[in-house]
Parts: sequence; structure tokens; C-alpha cells
Amino acid sequence: MAQLRRAVTPTAVGKHALLLGYTFIALFPIALVVMNSFKARNAIFGDPVAPPMTDTFTLVGYETLARRGDFAGLIINSTIVTGASLVLVLLLGAMAAFALARYRFRASRMLGLYLAIGIMIPIRLGTVSILQLIVGMGLANTHLALILVYTAAGLPLAVFVLQAFFAEVPRELEDAARVDGAGHFRIFGMVLQLARPGLAAVGILTMIPIWNDLWWPLILAPGRATATLTLGTQQFLGQFVSDWNAVLAALTIAIVPMLALYLVFNRQFIRGLMGGALK
Amino acid sequence: MASLPRSPRRRPPIPWHLAVFLGPAVLLYSAFMVFPLLDSLRLSMLAPDGGFAGLENYQRLLTDGNLAPRFWGAVQNNLVFFGIHMLVQNPIGLLLAVLLSTRVLRGRAVYRTLIFAPTVLSVVIIGFIWKLILSPLWGVAEGGLDAIGLGSLFEPWLGLQGSALITVSLMSVWQFVGIPMLLFSAALLAIPDEIIEAARVDGAGPLRIFSRIQLPMIAPTVGIVAILTFVGNFNAFDLVYSVQGGLAGPEFSTDLLGTLFYRTFFGFQLQSGSPTLGATVAGMMFLMILFGVCLFLFGVQRRLVRYEA
Repeated sequence: MAQLRRAVTPTAVGKHALLLGYTFIALFPIALVVMNSFKARNAIFGDPVAPPMTDTFTLVGYETLARRGDFAGLIINSTIVTGASLVLVLLLGAMAAFALARYRFRASRMLGLYLAIGIMIPIRLGTVSILQLIVGMGLANTHLALILVYTAAGLPLAVFVLQAFFAEVPRELEDAARVDGAGHFRIFGMVLQLARPGLAAVGILTMIPIWNDLWWPLILAPGRATATLTLGTQQFLGQFVSDWNAVLAALTIAIVPMLALYLVFNRQFIRGLMGGALK
Repeated sequence: MASLPRSPRRRPPIPWHLAVFLGPAVLLYSAFMVFPLLDSLRLSMLAPDGGFAGLENYQRLLTDGNLAPRFWGAVQNNLVFFGIHMLVQNPIGLLLAVLLSTRVLRGRAVYRTLIFAPTVLSVVIIGFIWKLILSPLWGVAEGGLDAIGLGSLFEPWLGLQGSALITVSLMSVWQFVGIPMLLFSAALLAIPDEIIEAARVDGAGPLRIFSRIQLPMIAPTVGIVAILTFVGNFNAFDLVYSVQGGLAGPEFSTDLLGTLFYRTFFGFQLQSGSPTLGATVAGMMFLMILFGVCLFLFGVQRRLVRYEA
């Protein structure tokens, strides 16, 4: 009822002005890079804020990428590492959270606390030992090394958040299924189905930092064959620092996968982050 | 995990399902997170030849003529980095969240989605984008300042010792402002409409509603955002490494504990790396995080409890 009246007040105009202003600040740098990646060198410097026109349009930066950088390979590597870590964190995290939320046993509180400690302590502090461990296992320069570390680092938050989601699934459903003769694992599957929003939230919280990470690929798998998109882009930018067309094209390629995923699933992203935060 | 098999004492059948559900997660977490963190503390007490050295490495790090200035410099820079996030990122995030908490605002979801977009991208990309924009070579920042008549203010901020750290911190603020924004939004949306409506009927303006109702009610989130910001600082390596390089120039003015840790462990240029000293830097970071988290839990959080009803 108050909607119409309030929409035209000066306060609403002021709010829109502030929000539009900040939206511009947030998007301008990204748009600038994407735009200029399609422009000829003299147009990049001549008029940076102009969009590419027919006379300034070029793909020369992307051609350099195709010749000199294996960006398809980097994206595949990142997909393998992020995908495998995500599946492991969700599966193992859900199993552990299910046991902690649904069964009462003597060590459950202690175990929950033991796992929760990992939320606050950055795994990077164990780097010296992790590198020795990974080298000792013969896993240096493998995707598996990254997957193991990311999974271990992602589990604490996953267990913590999923536990809260599982606790909300009504116990009557579980009891009914048990009376019908369902075993522990059938019931787990059932609860998992009902806690899908929780899985989505945890999945997004887990995925973003893994995909974007530079530290672990740099330390555990810096080789050409295993490099992730973030590491590969970082190395490429360092090498081609004076080739502006190539640099802008590389940045654009590195932006696109995550931004596309975000824009398609933005509802899940935002709800996941907000919901995950509230739990 | 060792306590798992103990439970059957009370219940006759061995709860195998518990071992199956919990085993993999507990094992992976113990082997690749808990063990390395503890083992790293052990390594920090070893001499380079492998003998036990007690706290000698810590003493060296804190007092040695070559190491100590770097360490205390990084601690100081980390504090500045943290301070800028607390003073700039979190207030802007809160302001945006308050603006977005108006229920009848058109396009609320669109604003939120667009403003959050930079946060999902890699720090490496964001750092490089800003490096290009601030570069005197490209002149985008200079041109922008010129356009509003402030061209004379432009300086190559990233290259100057006095401004490099602030510049790098602001890049990070720009990228991560979406996180406090979302956390504060979630907390603000949880406040019942009736309370705010009642205050409005009583004649309270937006500022008064904010300071008397909204802020006190989201106080626990303010605490959580502060501690997340604090712990996040210790992970800040990627940005400095990709924008300023491993030496965190100019003259170590952007050196954070993360970059110091990396250089101490792996070595850089003339300096050779040392696993034990690297572990010592990590040990000090561990102590600082522990101190910060305890301060938060016992000081701030306890005082906030009364607001939660």
C-alpha cells in the first residue's frame, strides 16, 4: 500500500543514486578490460573508455593467446581440480554432518568441535609440512595433491553448515522411513534430498575460493601440465606484460567462466552466501 | 577420531555406520589439515640440521638484525591492511546493505547481484585490472581525474612507498565489499518489519532507526564480519604477489605476513629459503590468529550475547 507513495519520495531517489553510483564503481573496471580486449592497440591507448567500433575492433590479443597460451588446458585443469574437490567436500561433508546431526553418540560433541576448529585457522599456515607430505607421497605436480588439500580445507565449514541444515529436516520423516525398514544409508539419501538448498549453499561457498586460489597451485603444482587458470593467467600476465592486447584478452578469458557461472546462477550464489551465513 | 570405537561399550552392536559416515571426512581433515598444522609447529622448533632448537627460531625471527625488521614491518603492514578493511570495506558494505534492506526498493536484487560480481573473481585478475587502470602508461586513472579537474592529484600510487600499501588495500576492499554487504543484508532482513514500522509511526527518521534499532540488532554480525576480516588478512598473499611481486615492493612497503612467509620458506632472489624459519613465521601467524579469535570470543562476543533474544 505504501509502495507507490514511497517509490517517488526524495529518499528513494537518493538511494537509487547511491546504489547506481556504487554499481558503476563495481563494474567499470571489469567492463573496461573486457571492452578494450577487442580493440586495436592505438585505440586502447587513444580512447580507453570508448567501446570497440568497426574501425578499432580486433581479435589480435586472442590470436596471441591461441598461439602462446594454453587457456583451454588451464580451464580444463581448473575444472578438474575444482569439480573433484567440490564433489568430495559435499559428499564427505554431508556424510559427516549427517552422522553428527542425526545420531547421538559419546564423542559427537568433541568430534563436531574438532572439525569446527578448522573454520578459523587458515590451512596455509601448514604449508611447510603439507609440501613435505605431498612430496613424500610422490604427489608433487599432480591434481590429486590440490584436490586433497582443498577437500581437507573445505570440510570444516561444509560439516558445520550442513549440520544446521540437516537438523531442520523433521525427524518424523526419518522415523517413518525407519519403520518402513529403510537402513542408515537410505535415510541419509532421503535427508540429503530434503537439504538440497544447504548443499547448494555449501557448494558455492566451497567452489569460489578453490577456483580463484593462487597459493596452492603455485606451491604444490606449478608445472605447465597441471597449472590452474588462476596460476596460468598469473604467469602469462607476467610474461606478456608489455603486450597489452594479449594481457587484456587473457584477463577477459580468465573473467568469463566464473562471471558467466555467477550470472546464470546468481540467485543460488546470493542465497547460498546469505543463507550459509545465517546458519 | 580415536574416540570413535569407544562408543560401542554402551550400545552392544558396533556402530559401523558411524565409522563409514564420519571416517573419510575425519581422516582427510586430520591428515591434510590438523597434522600439517601441528607438524608445522614442530618444524618451527628445529635447527636447520634437524636437531631440536626450542624457541631459537622464534628468537631469531623477532630479534635478528636481518629478519626482525622484515617481520615487524610485515606485522605493521598487516595491521594497516586490516585497519583499512575495517574502516572502509565494512562501513561501505554496511551502508550498501542498509540501502538494500528497503523492502520496496525497485531493482534491489539486480543491484545486489551486480555489486557482488567482483567478489567472485580471482584476486589475481582483480589486482592486475587495477594495476592497468592505475598505470601512468594507460592513463585511465589520470584521465578520469583530469575529467573532474583533479588531474594534478594523480601519482603512480603503486610505485610509491608512501601510498603502495594503501592502494593495494583499497583494491582488496573494492573486491570484497560484497561479503560484508551480504552478511549485513542477511542480518538486516532478519529484523521483523513490525519493529521498524512501529518506530517509523512514532516519528523516527532513517538515521535514528539505523542507530537505535538496526545497528544494535545486527551487532553479532558486526562481530562476525570483524573476525572474518581479521582472519582473512592472514590469507592476503595472492594480491600482493601478483600486483607487486614476491618482494612486495617498493622497498617491502606492501609486504604482508603472507608474502613474508612465502619468501622465508622458498627464498627469493639472493635470499635462500628455509623450511624451519618459514614454519616459524607460520607459527607466529598462528599465535596472532589465536590471540585475535580469543579476544573476539571472550571480549566482544560475550558482550554481544545480550542482544540475541
